[in-house]
Amino acid sequence: MSGLIFNLFIFVLASFIGFELISKVPPTLHTPLMSGANAISGITIIGAVVVAGQVDSQVAQLIGFCAIVFATINVVGGFMVTDRMLEMFKKKDRSNE
Amino acid sequence: PDIIQLVYLVATGIFIVGIKRLGSPDTARSGNQLAALGMLIGLVVTLFDQQIISYEYIIAGIVIGSAIGAFAAKKVEMTAMPEMVAIFNGFGGGASALVAWGEFRRTAPELFAGQEIATIGLSILIGSITFTGSFVAFGKLKGFISGNPITFPAQNIFNAFITIVGLALVGWLTFDPASQLVFWIIFGIALVLGVLTVLPIGGADMPVVISLLNSYSGLAASMAGFVINNNLLIISGALVGAAGLILTNIMCKAMNRTLGNVLFGAFGGDNGDSGSGPAA
Repeated sequence: MSGLIFNLFIFVLASFIGFELISKVPPTLHTPLMSGANAISGITIIGAVVVAGQVDSQVAQLIGFCAIVFATINVVGGFMVTDRMLEMFKKKDRSNE
Repeated sequence: PDIIQLVYLVATGIFIVGIKRLGSPDTARSGNQLAALGMLIGLVVTLFDQQIISYEYIIAGIVIGSAIGAFAAKKVEMTAMPEMVAIFNGFGGGASALVAWGEFRRTAPELFAGQEIATIGLSILIGSITFTGSFVAFGKLKGFISGNPITFPAQNIFNAFITIVGLALVGWLTFDPASQLVFWIIFGIALVLGVLTVLPIGGADMPVVISLLNSYSGLAASMAGFVINNNLLIISGALVGAAGLILTNIMCKAMNRTLGNVLFGAFGGDNGDSGSGPAA
């Protein structure tokens, strides 16, 4: 049970940090920020790797494999698309000068 | 081992700095790149975990996923970014649900501690809602599904009801982890709930909904972290869950709306007029 309490502690503290991290974001950054945060939520790829890497159950391994494909799409696609958005953002900024 | 945990701590710090930098125009791009680096570090060190014995599926999955993700990210038109994010987000939520399903499948019911099975249930629930909800959001933006609010009588009450049923069944599963039936009903309810909660929301409000679903997928990842007892997942998921919620709120405020109004108001059709303020 103490494992659960410890996990709850870090969950709650991390949530507070998350709340504090975002403040006064200019509207042009809303979509890139959403997209970047979305890519980070692909961290579940680590869970997927753990499930796909075990050998207790072949079915679970296959489920883990699908989870890896899904999560990797989220991670790779998410970071790349965010980078594309922000790249444009920067160019637009410069052309205004 | 401890070294993996220490590297996780580093990755966590990188994520926090990355999200912080994403919030400001000058640093946003480097923030995104930092976050990607944090992800890479976390992933690579996980491969050295003793639990991981077989690498075939891992390598194949990463290669296939990277190819699809990179192709989609390169191909997408700039104007179609929100729906692309919705799809990616749906896959992320789906992955968290699959992680929970995989753990449920490979562990004998009598070996589950209460916390694991409860978080498996929550992970399935939130992850699946994110999965189908994101695809409906995508469909609405793409025009596959009408951008107008699709409603039926007593929709909000019905949705609230099956949400409560879903949560109650998670409670049931916690005390009866051997019940496959309860597990599948939770899965089914969650998939349906994702569709039903997004359908009544107008196409013009989709960015807010995608942001909220993004917050959900963070939460789902965090729950998956409870399932496999992994700090990096719990923390990063919670960060995204909380930051996503704040961002959703900021986006609502920018449209002079409240989140409740967006979610339950069945408001704002295809024409995008809701951006100009409360038209009602």
